[in-house]
Amino acid sequence: MALGLLALFPLAGSDFYNELVTKVMILAIFALSLDLLVGYTGLVSFGHAAFYGIGAYALGLLAPKYDPANLWLTLAAAVACAGLAALIVGVFVVRARGIYFIMVTLAFAQMFYFVFHDTKFGGGSDGISMNFKPVAAIGSFIPFNLSDANHVYYFVFAALVTVFLFLRTLSRSSFGRALQGIRSNEERMRSLGFPVYRYKLASFTLAGALAGLAGYLSAMQFGFVNPELLSWHQSGNVLLMLILGGLGIMYGADVGAFVFVALEELFSSVTTHWQLLLGATIILLVIFLPGGLASVASRFRRLLIGAPSE
Amino acid sequence: MDFYSFLIQLLNSIQYGLLLFLVASGLTLIFGIMGIINLAHGSFYMIGAYMAFTLSSLTGSLFAAIVLGIVLSVILGVFLEWALFSHLYKRDHLEQVLLTYGLILVFEELRSLIVGNDVHGVNVPDILNWSLPLTDTLSYPAYRLFMSAVCLVLAVLLYLVIRRTRLGMMIRAGSSNREMVQSLGLNINLVYRLVFALGVALAAFAGMIAAPVSSVYPGMGTQVLIICFVVVVIGGIGSVWGALLAALLIGLADTFGKVLIPQAAGVTVYVLMAAILLWRPEGLFRRI
Repeated sequence: MALGLLALFPLAGSDFYNELVTKVMILAIFALSLDLLVGYTGLVSFGHAAFYGIGAYALGLLAPKYDPANLWLTLAAAVACAGLAALIVGVFVVRARGIYFIMVTLAFAQMFYFVFHDTKFGGGSDGISMNFKPVAAIGSFIPFNLSDANHVYYFVFAALVTVFLFLRTLSRSSFGRALQGIRSNEERMRSLGFPVYRYKLASFTLAGALAGLAGYLSAMQFGFVNPELLSWHQSGNVLLMLILGGLGIMYGADVGAFVFVALEELFSSVTTHWQLLLGATIILLVIFLPGGLASVASRFRRLLIGAPSE
Repeated sequence: MDFYSFLIQLLNSIQYGLLLFLVASGLTLIFGIMGIINLAHGSFYMIGAYMAFTLSSLTGSLFAAIVLGIVLSVILGVFLEWALFSHLYKRDHLEQVLLTYGLILVFEELRSLIVGNDVHGVNVPDILNWSLPLTDTLSYPAYRLFMSAVCLVLAVLLYLVIRRTRLGMMIRAGSSNREMVQSLGLNINLVYRLVFALGVALAAFAGMIAAPVSSVYPGMGTQVLIICFVVVVIGGIGSVWGALLAALLIGLADTFGKVLIPQAAGVTVYVLMAAILLWRPEGLFRRI
């Protein structure tokens, strides 16, 4: 049903809300990719924005200055670049556990941030503006036009549905089961003979590649990239989306992205210091609502039928 | 590079390393003893620097500002432990990350509301506003020597507190087995509160003495936080001596990286971290 509503949305919504919902769907892809790590594999990454940013920069760097880029080629290149970066970082970080993993992923993400921020390689702190939207040409056939906001909307919508279905299939496959096994008890999986290190590395790489896809879409929608895409605020915000929606629940990431953007719009319409409200909300949420918004329903049920709490 | 410019860079890297140690030691103690990952630790450094700026212009003296600032940061530490962090001991790391991330947003916005977003300088106190001449053209500022000396004294004091006092014994015991400490009748919650306040005060103190050298600017907290994460990762989580060694290593890598390979200045520290992670995935030291 939610899918149907999303599919029909551009018919009713104004341009502003169209773009906003497109943004939400891109963030939902980003959050879904992180859910593979946090919710399914049990690896809390605080540096996921690095791969989002790398995907975005891939478009910025590959797009010719005076011609539109080819959508399919640059998209594939962006996903490949982000995946490769995640593979390289993963070799170092997936050995680490728990708190260690959090710190190391943050540090590596910051390294990428400095590479884009301090060197002239990606336009420095100003980033890169793109003059053209990518063209979806297959040979001479052009199925849709990304200069049209509605077409962008449906393209992102299709990407979200694809990623969603892909991850759902993955989570039910033997690979996905193994990841969930690693989350609940890594030692047991190891003694059962699973190559835990390789499974974690594969999960990290895949999550990075999907984050790259989200980053690419964001660069495509807004037409520019800057180092802020890789900043650790971005990594914090996407974790927040995941928590808002609930971990390891596929639709949780989508709900979380939606609630996050709604909060951002709401708070920034009240005050320019909206991050103060956001920060306070996060603190209250953690203290008073462990388990995220997704736990509200079960808490409510417990309250009504008086079942004992866990 | 001739001997004197090498000496200057060496002194700079030691000073930077010791300063990082003050912030990182609190971070690693709070993790090692309380099991909490505290992203807001860099904010305490930022708060310290802004206190140095505000209080020294109010009182007219940096030293008075530092004394006042230490008192305020201990109060802040005790309050935060009581109001927020005491709820986090039984929660998982993800929730700790989120809460402390929220705290950073709150501190940064409060800073912007109260002091604004401008960069401010803090004056070096008159007594220390001179330079030690090395050659005819090169000299070394006395204030930086003062900073290194103070940090060194604090590192020694920290060593004595942890190794030689009753509190230190409780800290060491709490880090290895907190249930046992509790069942022996020691008030572990009080130890937690003291350790947390100590960590806040150390970070704020580092920010206060660094303010005349680094100036005071938005985002300074995050910058220090992330470098301190690197320090803690290299040194081994929970290990104070590992943090000291790692902080000095980072100081050297960063300072000489900037001089020798200026194109890759921001990255040298992370390359060092990656190399050490390959060699020792758990960091250099294991215990406190």
